[in-house]
Amino acid sequence: MDKINKTRFISANKKTATGILGMLPIILGVILLVSIINVIIPASLYQTIFTGNIFFDAFKGATIGSVLTGNPVTGYILADAFVKSGINMIAITAFLVSWVTVGVVQLPAESLALGKKFAFYRNLTAFLMSIVVAIITTLILNYI
Amino acid sequence: MAEKKDNKSSNGIWIFLGLVLALFVVITFIYPNKMEPILLMFKNLMLQILPILVLVYIIMLLTNYFVNNDKLKKYMGEDAGIKGWMISIVSGVLSVGPIYMWYPLMKDLQTKGVKNKFLITFLYNRGIKLQWLPMLIFYFGLKYSLTLLIVMAVMSIPLGIIADKLITKTK
Repeated sequence: MDKINKTRFISANKKTATGILGMLPIILGVILLVSIINVIIPASLYQTIFTGNIFFDAFKGATIGSVLTGNPVTGYILADAFVKSGINMIAITAFLVSWVTVGVVQLPAESLALGKKFAFYRNLTAFLMSIVVAIITTLILNYI
Repeated sequence: MAEKKDNKSSNGIWIFLGLVLALFVVITFIYPNKMEPILLMFKNLMLQILPILVLVYIIMLLTNYFVNNDKLKKYMGEDAGIKGWMISIVSGVLSVGPIYMWYPLMKDLQTKGVKNKFLITFLYNRGIKLQWLPMLIFYFGLKYSLTLLIVMAVMSIPLGIIADKLITKTK
């Protein structure tokens, strides 16, 4: 095995530390923002939003999942509560998918890290894709 | 020019943190009883992400040490083809932790020439949380969970292509 090149290792370490430290204020800011939102908005509020129209509910599900953020399990628990409230599966799936793939809360941080256009279009397409994924998944489940 | 852009980005990072702190101060001023639960959640999230931050550090260190830009461009650059998609999907699925933990690595890869479409596909597949799969199955059943995850993985490819085209088109 080749010996570790000390100079190259130190240089790689410096580069990595600079990258991580440079992003630390973003990470701290996002964590604080996530904490504020999770404490301020009660879970019961979401259930009052759905009306029964499949397409509007899918859009609303994706919107709620995009705007809110948190641990995936929190999303599963909320989605399970939606199932028990009789909300349709397309809306619930759109909510679940956007919960883990779209991040409106993280958008400013993502823009600073990867560029405004990158962050905007990634989140916009992921939002629309959450509805497409929800429709495809529900259709497949209806046929198998 | 690049230095100017970096300074602007660095200022933006601090402004972002300052605004969030200001929001926290305002919220706790209006609802003093919310201060403790917010700080408790902040502490718990910090404890959750610290091991992931270490993991991200190690991956970045290994990338910076072993992988040169040419190799990276070959596997995840413009002409990477199917290999690029596979690497993006598999590494996205296997990655852990919240999305913002991966920003430093994504930025690093972006500057090294990795195409946006692969970064976008990677970030989308992060939504497929293998470590939480048992919980998803517990709540929604095996059939639903597997169907959803497969559809997400497959659709991450057109998503990467479309988003990349939109980013490039508006440049």
